[in-house]
Amino acid sequence: MNKEIIYTLDGLYRDPFQVEGFRFGQGNRSACIVGASRGNEIQQMYICSQIVQALKRLEEQGDIVNENEILVIPCMNPYSMNVGKRFWPSDNQDLNRSFPGKADGEVVSRISHAVLERVKGYNYGMQFTSFYMPGDFIPHVRMMETGYQSASLANLFGTPYVLIRKPKPIDTFTLNYNWQLSGTNAFSIYAGGLEEIDENAAKQAVSSVLRFLTRMGIIRYRNHSGYIASVIHDEDLMSVQANLAGLWKGCKKPGDVVEYGEVLGQILDPYEGHVKGEIVSPTQGIVFFAHNDPLIMENTEIYRIIRRMHE
Amino acid sequence: MIKEIASIELPVHENLSIRKTHLAPFVDGGEHKRLSLVTGIHGDELDGQYIVYEVIRRVQEHPEYLAGEVDLYPAINPLGVDMAIRAIPMFDLDMNRIFPGSEKGVMAEYFAAALTGDLYGSDLVIDIHSSNIYVQELPQIRVNEQFEERVMEYARGMNTDIVWVYSSANALEATLAYTMNTLGVPAIVAEMGVGHRINRAECNQMLTGIFHVMQTMGIWTGPVEEVRTSLVTREGEVSVIRCENSGVFVSHRSGLGAVSQGELIGEIILPMEGRVIQEVRAPHDGFVFTLREHPVVYAGDLIARIHGGMYE
Ligand SMILES: [Zn+2]
Repeated sequence: MNKEIIYTLDGLYRDPFQVEGFRFGQGNRSACIVGASRGNEIQQMYICSQIVQALKRLEEQGDIVNENEILVIPCMNPYSMNVGKRFWPSDNQDLNRSFPGKADGEVVSRISHAVLERVKGYNYGMQFTSFYMPGDFIPHVRMMETGYQSASLANLFGTPYVLIRKPKPIDTFTLNYNWQLSGTNAFSIYAGGLEEIDENAAKQAVSSVLRFLTRMGIIRYRNHSGYIASVIHDEDLMSVQANLAGLWKGCKKPGDVVEYGEVLGQILDPYEGHVKGEIVSPTQGIVFFAHNDPLIMENTEIYRIIRRMHE
Repeated sequence: MIKEIASIELPVHENLSIRKTHLAPFVDGGEHKRLSLVTGIHGDELDGQYIVYEVIRRVQEHPEYLAGEVDLYPAINPLGVDMAIRAIPMFDLDMNRIFPGSEKGVMAEYFAAALTGDLYGSDLVIDIHSSNIYVQELPQIRVNEQFEERVMEYARGMNTDIVWVYSSANALEATLAYTMNTLGVPAIVAEMGVGHRINRAECNQMLTGIFHVMQTMGIWTGPVEEVRTSLVTREGEVSVIRCENSGVFVSHRSGLGAVSQGELIGEIILPMEGRVIQEVRAPHDGFVFTLREHPVVYAGDLIARIHGGMYE
């Protein structure tokens, strides 16, 4: 394993800001794995740290196949991590909305530029990321529909689902989008939440990355062959929104099967405790995303359901 | 008349709504124009609060001069204004990146869609922003070159020092102004001052422009003041100066405006070492229209924008 510094920025009174990378094997730029870009993506950083552990062992055992180089960047944003902020400490800019960045641009733009320059040219790129709304996803791999994506590759992670989604204007500033435009097969992996470590989800995520690297002939590793993924698109997902506000008691979690008309949860008056309303499922399917904050406002997206899918 | 545009129930016994003040002539003389003034998309930008107040006050003082409709939307991000934060709280989302929104979307998108719908049919939309706490902006109008032809007459009439026509390559889709222009509703963006503050003199300067534009549109028949000739600057005519290393920026200027080549704009210092690490000088004669306000800087932070060439 070789450690490298990808970007340094002097602080005024803080230690220099540094993006660190960990390199395994040597030769072709085969795979690059990127973790947290926001200061609260603890789970995402944790998963990368466990991948670093696994790759260290594999390298010691001589199980990184010749002529393959793997780079892991567990965290692009230690400054935000250390102060408990999601975005850049001084001006609150979102690093994962500043790609492709500019070498002579503003601060986050310089960081994203340096990271993108370093991670360009790898065949496969994997990023662990998170959603802007509080909630849990079914573990899945995402690709953006840029015209360069390949769903069949995403299948090789062995996660139960692969989501292909159309980029919105705001997505064009993410690493994933710009990575794909640069010619890398880029995947985003959703595994667990944010601020708490979900050991199970992390283990699955590490396995899915190792499985992918094995199938691509980059490492030698024996593990469970995983799932044959169901590929879903935006239009397969049905959003369920709250028509009332209050305390939310959901009774479904990601992966649960729901029937048409089934009660998915209740909205309670926050003071008197009575049930103001129930949310019933508009479709038969499987829960893909579940809101997990006990307070909800009107219009909150409480579930996303993969429609008409049976277990 | 105050009208509610959209409302959403918050979790604990509170409703959140966005509202507008609708001003219309006493006697409906048939065909007339409609101007919409929008502000408070960013909760930390407050100059628009005074501007909205003053437009309403002046119209109420002389309702006989009003010959068209004026809609004023003072707080598109009401929670942000209340909490003195830029983004939409809870989501930490920049509201000016989600237009045209979605009627079925979550709060921010739903509000964006309601606003877009309500603004539709306006003859002009002016989206009033202040700067943030980091840089100070001279009153200016920003125009996407893609829509220049349609809005330039209004932009020049706004009594600002600068009209900045920026390249459409750098334009952000999903802003309010971009969305309205795309829908065929002329829209311009006003920028001024700094965040969390109201600069009354600059607001009054902008108000002169607003009433001038209202007169041009046939909405205001009362007396208006002369407007200044704006300097029109384009991509390639603006020098952007950023700091090279992290430190503390100390301005040597008393304000924005004309500079000569080589003039000292400020210094970036390292307090503990008692030394200057960067002297910021004007690269050419010109006009400073953006200047660093918040002193602590990281490499890459914006120090100044200077319109190049001779300024008369
Ligand atoms: Zn603004």
